[in-house]
Order: sequence, then structure tokens, then C-alpha cells
Amino acid sequence: MIELFGMEWPWLLWKLVQILLFVIVLLVGLAFLLLMDRKVWAAVQLRRGPNVVGPFGLLQSFADFLKFVFKELIIPAGSDKVLFILAPIITLVTAFGVWAVVPAAPGWVISNLNLGVLYILAISSLGVYGIIIGGWASNSKYPFLGALRSTAQMISYEVSIGFILITVLLLVGSLNLTEIVNAQAGGFWNWHALMLDFGDPKSLILFPVMFYMFVLFCISALAETNRPPFDLPEAESELVAGYQVEYSSTAYLLFMIGEYLNIVLMCAMLTVMFLGGWHAPLDVKLSFMPQIPPFFWFAGKVVFMFFLFAMVKAIVPRYRYDQLMRLGWKVFLPSSLVAIVIVSTYVMMFGRTAVGLAGGG
Amino acid sequence: MFVEMLPAIAFYILAATAVGMAFMVIASRNPVHSVVFLIGTFLASAGLFVLMGAEFLALLLIMVYVGAVAVLFMFVVMMLDVDFVEMKQGFLQYLPIGGVVACILLAEMILVGAASLVNPGAGVKFAEDGTSNIEAIGNVLYTEYAFFFEAVGLILLLAMVGAIVLTLRKRDGVKTQNISEQIARTREGGVELVDIKPGEGIGS
Repeated sequence: MIELFGMEWPWLLWKLVQILLFVIVLLVGLAFLLLMDRKVWAAVQLRRGPNVVGPFGLLQSFADFLKFVFKELIIPAGSDKVLFILAPIITLVTAFGVWAVVPAAPGWVISNLNLGVLYILAISSLGVYGIIIGGWASNSKYPFLGALRSTAQMISYEVSIGFILITVLLLVGSLNLTEIVNAQAGGFWNWHALMLDFGDPKSLILFPVMFYMFVLFCISALAETNRPPFDLPEAESELVAGYQVEYSSTAYLLFMIGEYLNIVLMCAMLTVMFLGGWHAPLDVKLSFMPQIPPFFWFAGKVVFMFFLFAMVKAIVPRYRYDQLMRLGWKVFLPSSLVAIVIVSTYVMMFGRTAVGLAGGG
Repeated sequence: MFVEMLPAIAFYILAATAVGMAFMVIASRNPVHSVVFLIGTFLASAGLFVLMGAEFLALLLIMVYVGAVAVLFMFVVMMLDVDFVEMKQGFLQYLPIGGVVACILLAEMILVGAASLVNPGAGVKFAEDGTSNIEAIGNVLYTEYAFFFEAVGLILLLAMVGAIVLTLRKRDGVKTQNISEQIARTREGGVELVDIKPGEGIGS
């Protein structure tokens, strides 16, 4: 067997195939999620949405993709050319890189890191640079203001996201995403968002806390990914399009793909952390029914969360910037700190909820 | 054979990147470029940590320094209005003191290197089998060094409060939103029903 880089050839090839597959599935899935986003938005506003390209407009995203690629890439004369090109690439690479540790089904993960949660936090915090560098390199006022807003906003909400994740980590006792999913096996009452295990009455104390954490994470995820109602960095009535003003063609496309990947990542994080990942809500095995593959549960939950995000985008009006900051620092941060105290007290007194379940699923 | 050399190759690539990036931090003319190179240095050092088997520290380095500290650097540097000609003039003036600092740092590094040559294996202590990185650090940090850990936390809190006290000032005539006041508003306090006779209007 030929060895290369200390790994056997088939192993290396298998990993490369995995990565390629993951990227393709993500991109194609993203194309349809984008369409779904627009369709949901249109339905709320009693419009039809994209319906011309392909049946029901199914191929609209691909048409848009071609349109972006074939347009002219305009680099402003006063811009910092290297950083201007670098910024969207940073956004895209970090957005894809984070997905390496997200488990989509038992064993369906590119790298089963022990510090998976930390890896996600670390790499996704790099995503800020795409925006801040892009905003600065454009050498223009709107992008710059958008970049400043976005940076402050993303840093603020990263803090509360970190604290919210700590409550989950305390309950599971591991930073490995696969173990976090397995700790929620059995049924929807074991999910961290619901914690309604009536067989273990003392764990019901956790239900209000963890459900609140779930809601906080949803809102923080919206703010972290610059989604409406927190899309102040690209608020069209104030900043035209924020940090993306000077970007055109493929560079803009990279920004957009990166942004949507981050949104889907947040949906996947919610699924893995709070909604039991690939586990079915009710663990019943009926002999006459074919078993639903775990991946479909995972994908279904992600799409459901994305649907909620799309509804929020359609329904909720935009926040004002000082209110956004107030919400992040004065409401989310203290209340998630209190939740950490409650959960860690529970863990010290009664032990982890996941102890009996470890190794299952 | 190639496999055994791999960590060494990775080390030299990462170390060269770190040193080169660090040089570019001071060499580049544009302060924003400096910060970008600084981020590159951080990332390369995080890679070195991973090579040493300290992946927790590596991720922490990326999270804290790259994800937060360097962002604030960039935040500030971007908004500076720097006169580059003026900045270059002070270069020779500060050369001696900079040289002294560099010499001290170099001496320290040589001492550390010499110490590890004299007493090999004293530098990095690996955790026992079965404990992960994060567990090993937690076990030491919250037991042996708990007091120091909490003291550091208090100092940081003090620094934070100090910074806020220094910059906070009350100005008159600034309209700010008081959320609790807004929520506490009732119909009785906010609405007044006035019965107006036709053609008269309100007011005196």
C-alpha cells in the first residue's frame, strides 16, 4: 500500500471524496434553501416569488449563479485591491471550514474532533474578517459604516452564543458534537430544547432554563449572521447594502454564499445542540414501516429551522442599532450567565442528565 | 521515511510563516495590512500549538486573539487617520529603545533554548493517557491554581470597570431610550380623551 503524508492512500482519497461530497451537497442544498427563502418571503407578502426558471422556479438559484459568474468584476480604483479580493474568499473559506465538524448522521462527519464546539466558535469568529476587511478595502463610506456595525454586532452576540453553548456542554460533559447528539437520543423529551423527561422529575427544573436558552440561541443566531431583523450592516434604507456596496459579480456571490452557509450552519448548530441532531422525535420502530434514515431527520430539522428564520425575515421589522446592542449586552448576556449558574448547580447536585444515555444511539 | 519528516516539515513551514508574518507586521506601510499580517502570525502560532499536541490552546488562541483582540485592533486602526510621513520620522528616534527591548527578548529566548538543551524534556509536560487537553488544563486550573485564576478574574473585572468609569460621562440634553419607563407606560398616563365641540378646537 502506498503511503502519503503518513496516511494510507485509500484513507486520504476517501477523505477527499467526503469533503468534495459535503461541499457539493451543501452548495446544491443551499441553492434550494435560497429559493425556499424567497418563496416563503413571497408567500407572506402574497406574491408568487420566482416561478419562471424551471418548474415552480426550481432552477432560479442556478440561473442567478450563472448570472453572477458571467457579470463583470468591478474593482474600485481607490480600493485596496489585494484585500478587496481577499475578503470574500475569507468569508467563503471560513463558512465552509466550520462544516468540517458538523455531524449529519451517525459517522457522517469529516472530522470527529473532541473539541468540536470550540472549533466551530474559533473558525466562525474568523468570518468577521471577511466583512471588516471587505468594508475597509472598498474605501467608501457605506461599506465602512456597514463593516463597523457588523463587527460590533457579531462580536457582541458571539459572547452570548458562547455562554448559551456552555449550558449545553455542562449537561453533556463533552465538546464533541457527536456525543452531544447522542446525549439527546431516545425521544424529544431528551432534547436540550425541551428537557421534559417525566421519568426523572428533578430534571424538569431544567426545562424552562434550557427552552429559554434555545430561544436565546435562535435570536443570537439571527444577529450573528446579520439576518433580519438584525440586518443593520446591510440595511438598505440606511447603508444601501452595507459592506457589499462595492462588490459585484463573483465576489458578491462569494459573500452571499458565505452568508447563507453561516445561516444554515446556525440552523445545523441549533439542530445538533438543542433539537437532538439526527435522532427521531419518537423512537418507535414499526416492523411494517421502513426505517427513516437518520440523515433525513437532521436535514428536516435544519430545513424547519431555516423556515423559521425565513418567516422571521418576512414578518419582523428591523431593529434599531442601540436597541440591538442593549438586547445583546443587557438582556442576553446576564440571563445566559444566570442560566449557567442554574445548570451548573443542577449538574453539581444531581449529576449530568446524559450519564445514563452515554454510548447510546 | 517521508512520514517521519512530516511534523518537522510542518513545523518549519509554520515557523517560517510566523516569523515572516511577524516581520511584515512591522515592515508594511499600511497599519491595516500590519493587523492582517498579525492575524497571520496568530494563525501560524496556533498551528505550532497543534503540532505540540495542545489543540485546546490553539483553538483558544484563535478564538481570543484572532476572533476578539485582533478584531478590536483592526477596528481602531481602520478608523485612525494616520499621517504616514510623520510616522516614519519618529523611526530613528525610537530605534535605540526598540533595539534594547529586542535584545532583551532575544536574550530570554536564547536562555529558554539553552535551558531546554541542558535539561531536555523539561519544557512540555504531556497529560497522562485518557485525559484530553481541556480536562488536563481544567484539573490544574480549578484546583491547584484556583486562587490565582480567580484573582486574575477579579483584576480583569477591575480593569473593565475602570475603563468604563474613565469613559462614562453624563451629558445633559441627550435623548436616550429608557426601556423600563416605556414599558411601564399605561393608558391612563399616556392617553387623554378630550370632548371637543365642533368648530372650537382645543387649547386656549
